[in-house]
Amino acid sequence: MSTAHTPSPHTTKKKIKVLVAKIGLDGHDRGAKVIARALRDAGFEVIYTGLRQTVDQVVAAAVQEDVDIIGVSHHEGSHIYVARKLLEKLREQGAEDIPVVMGGSIPLIDIETLKTIGIREFFLPGTPLKEIIEKLENIASEKTKLKQI
Amino acid sequence: MEESGFLSLVERAKNGDRRALGRILTLLEDLSGSNAWMVEYLASNSSGRAQVIGITGIPGSGKSSLISRLIKAFRDKGYRVAVIAIDPTSPLSSGALLGDRLRMQDHATDPGVFIRSVSTAGFEGGLSLAALAMIEAFDSLGYDKIIVETVGVGQDETAVMDAADTIIVVTMPGAGDDVQALKAGVLEIGDIYVVNKSDKPEASKTYEYMSFVAERGDIGRGGAWKPLVVKTSAVLGMGIRDLVDVVDKHLEYLIGSGDKTARMAKRRKLLMKLLAKKIVLDTLKSVYDEQEKSMDEAARTLKGFYEESLELARLTGKKLIEGS
Repeated sequence: MSTAHTPSPHTTKKKIKVLVAKIGLDGHDRGAKVIARALRDAGFEVIYTGLRQTVDQVVAAAVQEDVDIIGVSHHEGSHIYVARKLLEKLREQGAEDIPVVMGGSIPLIDIETLKTIGIREFFLPGTPLKEIIEKLENIASEKTKLKQI
Repeated sequence: MEESGFLSLVERAKNGDRRALGRILTLLEDLSGSNAWMVEYLASNSSGRAQVIGITGIPGSGKSSLISRLIKAFRDKGYRVAVIAIDPTSPLSSGALLGDRLRMQDHATDPGVFIRSVSTAGFEGGLSLAALAMIEAFDSLGYDKIIVETVGVGQDETAVMDAADTIIVVTMPGAGDDVQALKAGVLEIGDIYVVNKSDKPEASKTYEYMSFVAERGDIGRGGAWKPLVVKTSAVLGMGIRDLVDVVDKHLEYLIGSGDKTARMAKRRKLLMKLLAKKIVLDTLKSVYDEQEKSMDEAARTLKGFYEESLELARLTGKKLIEGS
């Protein structure tokens, strides 16, 4: 059914699509908004879920939008619970290949636990925006490579 | 992507796997000659039954909030609803902040609702091509109402709007400027006009004015259907049922008059035209790469530039013919 037409070598790099998520009763979204804006300015496509989302809502948005990365901004202390539930729901939806990163007030002591749960990267307060952008670009390009295999 | 891989995605999507549908939409974003068969496959099981509803209007008129209310009202009537929310891409960074979804997140987990955001850039073949392909996908998967939301500026978006079965134009009270805006472009061609934010003062005035111009036939797409004007308040949930009734009434009109079939044909012809354009452009790009060096002389003096341009066009045609 396919034609002999070959895609042009010019095909522009696919934009990286990121879901910026706020989960639970945490109302601090200044950081999430700053990140969303910075990523947009760096050429990303950013979808912001808005405040007080459930894990189910965030997973549904990630699945429907087929995002490359989920970024969770969290400031209310329940990060371990939220991360565990989020990764569990992603698996349930067959979307465990979407990498999850976290930012916000996350105690250093919890990082190892979160890594074991499956969180890919952490951006603690003070992380330069440039570093966040670079790391997200790397994560997205690794994911694309995986998809091609 | 391999054919078998795609077919299994479609199979999964049919069985309610939303991850699979999300993946299919991503593939369709990159529609070109090499994966056009995907649309054909999807459309082969399509009923063509879905009502494609274009929603446009001036920024800040409350389109997204209104859509969120509409989704709820459609769901109450048992319809399955898909939303394609189109947001502008920043001309400065070429990035995009897709915010329309934010107002519709209440419906994210409803299995009868699927919301997809797209930005105006980032599509090799243009936004319209991607949106039209997505419409076919949703239709073939049994969605009853396919809502396409845009701010309605730019050629691409106007083309998508024009290809909708029903166009809803959202305006709001108080601004003389939005009445001015109705004079031109996509805002003229509404089937239904909504005065949103009708909880605000001056709503009646705007409503009266809109009804007047609609009655006079100054706005609308022509034909037997006279545009109807509805007052709503998305914030308070006012007038939503009236709007849904009018939307259903318009669908009845479309079916009765034969316009439903005509609009679907128009939409699909546009899809073919846009895909043809995309194939030509892709080929032109690769020809240009091969020819760029030989154009240096003409670039310096512009002497013979027309011949060079013609040569590019000729080689593109030749390559297309040889490739087929």
